[in-house]
Amino acid sequence: MNILTAKNIVKRYASHTALNDVSLEIPSQSIFGLLGPNGAGKTSLIRIINQITGPDSGEVFFEGEKLSPKHIGQIGYLPEERGLYKKMEVGEQALYLAQLKGMPKAEAKKKLKAWFEKFEIDAWWNKKVEELSKGMQQKVQFIVTVLHEPKLLILDEPFSGFDPINANLIKNEILNLKKQGSTILFSTHNMGSVEELCDNIALINKSKKILDGPVKDIRKQFRSNVYEIEFTGNMMGFTNALWTGAELIEHNCEDRLCKARVKLLGKTTSNDFLQSVIPVVEIHSFNEIIPSMNDIFIAQVNAEAPGGVSKNFTE
Amino acid sequence: MNKIALIIKREYLTRVKKKSFIIMTILGPILMAGIGVVPIYLSMQKAEKQTIEVIDESGLFVNIIPESDLVNFVYPKITIQDARADFFKTDYNAILYIPKVLLSGGQHGIRIFYKKQLSASALNYISDHLSRIIFDIILVTNNVNVNFIKNAKEKSTFTLKTTQIDEEGKDKNKNMAVAIGISLVSAFLIYFFIFLYGVQVMRGVMEEKTNRIVEVILSSVKPFQLMMGKIVGVALVGLTQFLLWVILTTTLYSVATVTVFKGMDLKQIQQKEQVIKIGANLDYNNMNNFEETPEAMKIWDELQTMNLPEILFTFLFYFLAGYLMYSALFAAVGSAVDNEADTQQFMLPITIPLIFAFIIAQNVIQDPSSPMAFWFSIIPLTSPVIMMVRIPFGVPPWELALSMGVLVLTFIFTTWIAGRIYRTGILMYGKKVTWKELGKWLFYKG
Repeated sequence: MNILTAKNIVKRYASHTALNDVSLEIPSQSIFGLLGPNGAGKTSLIRIINQITGPDSGEVFFEGEKLSPKHIGQIGYLPEERGLYKKMEVGEQALYLAQLKGMPKAEAKKKLKAWFEKFEIDAWWNKKVEELSKGMQQKVQFIVTVLHEPKLLILDEPFSGFDPINANLIKNEILNLKKQGSTILFSTHNMGSVEELCDNIALINKSKKILDGPVKDIRKQFRSNVYEIEFTGNMMGFTNALWTGAELIEHNCEDRLCKARVKLLGKTTSNDFLQSVIPVVEIHSFNEIIPSMNDIFIAQVNAEAPGGVSKNFTE
Repeated sequence: MNKIALIIKREYLTRVKKKSFIIMTILGPILMAGIGVVPIYLSMQKAEKQTIEVIDESGLFVNIIPESDLVNFVYPKITIQDARADFFKTDYNAILYIPKVLLSGGQHGIRIFYKKQLSASALNYISDHLSRIIFDIILVTNNVNVNFIKNAKEKSTFTLKTTQIDEEGKDKNKNMAVAIGISLVSAFLIYFFIFLYGVQVMRGVMEEKTNRIVEVILSSVKPFQLMMGKIVGVALVGLTQFLLWVILTTTLYSVATVTVFKGMDLKQIQQKEQVIKIGANLDYNNMNNFEETPEAMKIWDELQTMNLPEILFTFLFYFLAGYLMYSALFAAVGSAVDNEADTQQFMLPITIPLIFAFIIAQNVIQDPSSPMAFWFSIIPLTSPVIMMVRIPFGVPPWELALSMGVLVLTFIFTTWIAGRIYRTGILMYGKKVTWKELGKWLFYKG
């Protein structure tokens, strides 16, 4: 079951098209990464899902129903540009934002107190926001986003502005929320966290979706038969042994200890390759190089750019 | 709780709790009461009595110029040359010199010599009384009966009283001074409040936009709800402040009046009390008894002849509708810009009609039924100020209805426009917006 389905979303502004026929399917209880370079249209899409703006054409469905204002209470949104009323007291402000999401005051207060204790900021309840450090403001904002236990959480760069300890705290909370049944739509440029957290991704570039699917599948899909091998032996002998079955991409030797990357060609399997080199050198390790999300991102986006360099991962 | 109510509540409470609001609320009435009381207080401070040395070469004035609180006169028998020479050896404040050849145009030779400038009222007093005495002397020397002339003069002097009558022929007694007072005060208040609170709406919108909280809030409510919540919330702040000012000003004024006027002599107080007693069965026959009625009492009486409920109702209407119309525009401006400096180009066209209305208000008071007064009290951008100027002088009901109707329609229209600009502008960052662009925003799809 998909918690969110977007069909053929088009959004135009006066001078440019922000989203051009973008479709998405976000499975329930998963972490979905929305990726793309700056200005690709991610924020436009997030705003449409949040019903801040509407699409020019196309439809969005929330749990199979057409997205409407009644779903507001089931969505939590943490924008990339964080902001709170500076002159307002922290607790009062959190209560206000929770009530705007439709929570009754008493319930909101109870839950807020619990979260504030968990994040160790309960002493700041009556302080004005401007007295808080940036990290603490971020914590408050995160709490406000998740307080009403939304089914769909939209987090735009949730780790920016956090030190590693607090970033970890937030990461654990995100995983916790997923465990409890929330779905997280996660927009970031940090590819490391995408590999670590996301189940599925969609890559948007120049207002079009250019790639989507489960992270594992995508990385497999972009496998290019490149392996890394460490061995002791003669580099010349090793190169000769490759013959037509594989191509040496790069190598690095210290004395007789070498590390090389090879691309297997044609129908050569890893076993064929190993058979051909085992007589020549002594193998220490042999690994397939699965492209990182970072590599895939760069390759895909560059391939789109006019005159951009197409990297070796594309077929 | 309804979301728009939540927004109104927040906008209201955060503003009312602000120090600046509390300070303004307290200082405002003190200033206003001060404006009312200080001049009265000052006028009651008796100036030091001036002693004038009269050198009367004609001998006609000796001992007949009446003394007053301001001045008294001494009549030494010395020449003007001696008086001038010895002036600084005496305590006299001034020398009044009356030359001999008085009745053949010599009054032009009357002069005052002083050490320190005499007050204008003392000088007026002297010239008034001299003139009267000279007038009498001329009459007497020409064998005219002085009493007869005085009598005739008294009987022929009157103040022209104007009374408007209604369709049934009854008095709609209006005192011009009171009407003008109400006109100016209410027009000024409306002008002042629209400006003060319209700009607050604009600032509020800009605050939300620049600190980016707007995106969080818009994921919970519609832009229009947020805009209207803010506008209504600030309107309530304005009403609260206005109400507090009225209450505090009246309290302060009465307290101040009582304290300041403690020093009033017994006679005046008795007079006042008498007035209050007789005031209960006021009628025109003993109107003469009221010549000494204190000014405040007169104003009070005349206030009661005005249609106060009508004035109050129209004031509140134009106050609110005018504010709503303008603040929607201010909100749109706030949403379109990134910082205060950029507001200027958009503020100007909004503020010009308002300032213009306030300027022509003075002309409208001169002739509240002129075509200019009519048109500017119908045109919605100026009507809140101009119509309020006209109301105390009486406005035909159809004109009032037309003006109100046009204002309400315009308010709906500007709110619609502002809502469209707002919902686009508030999410638009880092872009210098032009008028053309604002126009395009009107036609964007939600």
